[in-house]
Amino acid sequence: MTSPATISSKLDFRTRGFDFASFAFTGVTGLATLFILLLLGIILANVVWHGWETFSWRFLTGGADQDMFDVRKAGVLPMVIGTALRVLLMTLVVLPVGVITAVYLTEYANSTALTTRIIRGAVNNLAGVPSIVFGLFGLGFFISFIGRGLDAGAAEPLWGKPAILWASLTLAVMTLPLVIVATEESLRAITPGLREASLALGATKLETILKIVLPEALPGILTGGILAVGRAGGEVAPILFTGAAYYMRDLPKAPTDQFMDLGYHVFILSTQSPDIEKTRPILFATVLALLLLTMSLNLVAILVRARVRRKMRAGH
Amino acid sequence: MSEPRDTTKRTVGWMGIHRGHRARPAEWLAEQGIFFVSLTAILMVFLIFVFVAREALPIVLGRMDSAAHRPALPDEQVALLTPDGLRDYLGLTAKEFAGLDKEAIQSLIEVRKEEAKEAPKSPDAKINGAAWRYLLGPHPWSDSATGDRYVWQPVGAIHKYNLVPLFIGTLKTTAVALLFAVPVALAAAIYVSQLARPTLREWLKPAVELLAGVPSVVLGFFGLMVMASFLQRGFGYESRLNAFVAGIALGLAVIPVVFSIAEDALTSVPRAYSQAALALGASKWQAAWQIVLPAAAPGVFAAVVLGFGRAIGETMVVLMASGNASIVSWSLFDSTRSITATIAAELAEAVFGGHHYRILFLIGALLFVATFLTNLAGDLIMHRLKDRLEGKR
Repeated sequence: MTSPATISSKLDFRTRGFDFASFAFTGVTGLATLFILLLLGIILANVVWHGWETFSWRFLTGGADQDMFDVRKAGVLPMVIGTALRVLLMTLVVLPVGVITAVYLTEYANSTALTTRIIRGAVNNLAGVPSIVFGLFGLGFFISFIGRGLDAGAAEPLWGKPAILWASLTLAVMTLPLVIVATEESLRAITPGLREASLALGATKLETILKIVLPEALPGILTGGILAVGRAGGEVAPILFTGAAYYMRDLPKAPTDQFMDLGYHVFILSTQSPDIEKTRPILFATVLALLLLTMSLNLVAILVRARVRRKMRAGH
Repeated sequence: MSEPRDTTKRTVGWMGIHRGHRARPAEWLAEQGIFFVSLTAILMVFLIFVFVAREALPIVLGRMDSAAHRPALPDEQVALLTPDGLRDYLGLTAKEFAGLDKEAIQSLIEVRKEEAKEAPKSPDAKINGAAWRYLLGPHPWSDSATGDRYVWQPVGAIHKYNLVPLFIGTLKTTAVALLFAVPVALAAAIYVSQLARPTLREWLKPAVELLAGVPSVVLGFFGLMVMASFLQRGFGYESRLNAFVAGIALGLAVIPVVFSIAEDALTSVPRAYSQAALALGASKWQAAWQIVLPAAAPGVFAAVVLGFGRAIGETMVVLMASGNASIVSWSLFDSTRSITATIAAELAEAVFGGHHYRILFLIGALLFVATFLTNLAGDLIMHRLKDRLEGKR
């Protein structure tokens, strides 16, 4: 038997004059939020503060033919280009595959079917695989299995060695869940009425998807792409053995070339610098360049995503 | 009366092709294509496991021998070996063995004798460090200055591949990261989802999630260059880079994961729950703490589980901020080496296909299995939460 008395003794909801517990609880949780924002602010401010002085146009456009540990000459252009190229190649692969998967999951799949549940499980799992395991996978699958397979019989390895192509493909596998989840969210945000109207006018399902649903979902698809680029742009662990080079005289010209990378350069400068005090300004400026790249992309993604979510709330 | 006809079958045409598709075979093909592309994610998870495990297989099966000194048999005993025995003795694959003539085999036997003569004379030299017994169990190495029984030392004449120091290192940094990140992230999730004003909430959630946009190499750099000195001044410990510094920096990578999932779980609790509590006179925090939090408990737990998965798998932060000394010590202020950092630091120098290379793939495969299981657990818990909130259970 449950009497009103036992309920009120368990959940004490009587109001008092000044509710200290409420004040303390709100204060502690609010401070925790503030603490996280403060940490983020400290990291960003620290990098900007120490990196600003060295961060110049000359630094951004300086080549690798100069001494990369000399503050007056060092530049990051090869690293910026290397990072941009690998991210571009990755986007070309991951965007179509991710969008098609999301279209299947939202438009075609029966949400209770076993296949659908396995696909969703695989997507979630892929999102949680450690980045270093992707590196091992790139080495074990792309380089030693596919690459060496292509090389079979050749005297000089062409495909079976670290290359920008393999690094990009490894990153494409890593960022696949990001694109799928973002696209799916934006597809679900479209009102069913729009699809129904198109079908009622005699369009087939595929026509509806291609001409009505996908154009409408474009902001969300872009968010997915931007998030993937932002995430992959800063990842170092998956490219350690699949393509990043410590130093290269030339820019990568073929997909089988290695490349210099912004994130990997941060790692080199912080752990393998000949004189850490002297190279500190270069290090901070390189981190600043990397942060500008990834944070601006994330910011754009967040803004677009907020718009998609607002639209979704208005639509349903 | 005739049997009732199954009306559900009427919409399905010949071999599953719907009526409309007969008129448009191109569309039917495109839709089949969409289905097959959507299987990519499954294929990739499968390939990752297969190709990481493939490189580790010889170690798992105990087929690798890392001993520096492999005793050579006298000639008369070699002559008595069966072809298979000889192949094992020379450590060749069946294909390699078939391609060799008698002279080549004889010269390999001679090489083996030379090797045995020149091998280090230490009593440890005959030990196969790549066997499971030495990967996991203790061994009193004769040349160990500190008397450590668990040693990871993949360089030098005698390779020691004990994984225990790496497990302890990963455990220590993960524990510090979770102890630091989970309370902060959960408190922030409660505040943002339940207590903050809606206008503030719109700003706070993306702002906190911006932390996820900081690349891990930058967090590692920050731990190494800024936090290490700061924390050393504050706590006054000896080794500048240690499990504590790495754990705190790692916490920064874990916070957005835990926050994001916990916040989603808390927000997914129907507003009617908290509104009912508020209508009964509860204060906002009482509704949040006693009604919403228990309702979202599985999701909050899943957030912690997935945060754990992120922490054990994070590489660059630990590689840069933990000091990377593989010592067996439970002190948080000693330099430590984690599983991920070991792979990242050593794979480039390991001989392709050698025992060191394969053992690094083995610990990578173990890591994959561990995160696979944590993800699966997190996934199942989230499903249960969804079912519960939708009233299916």
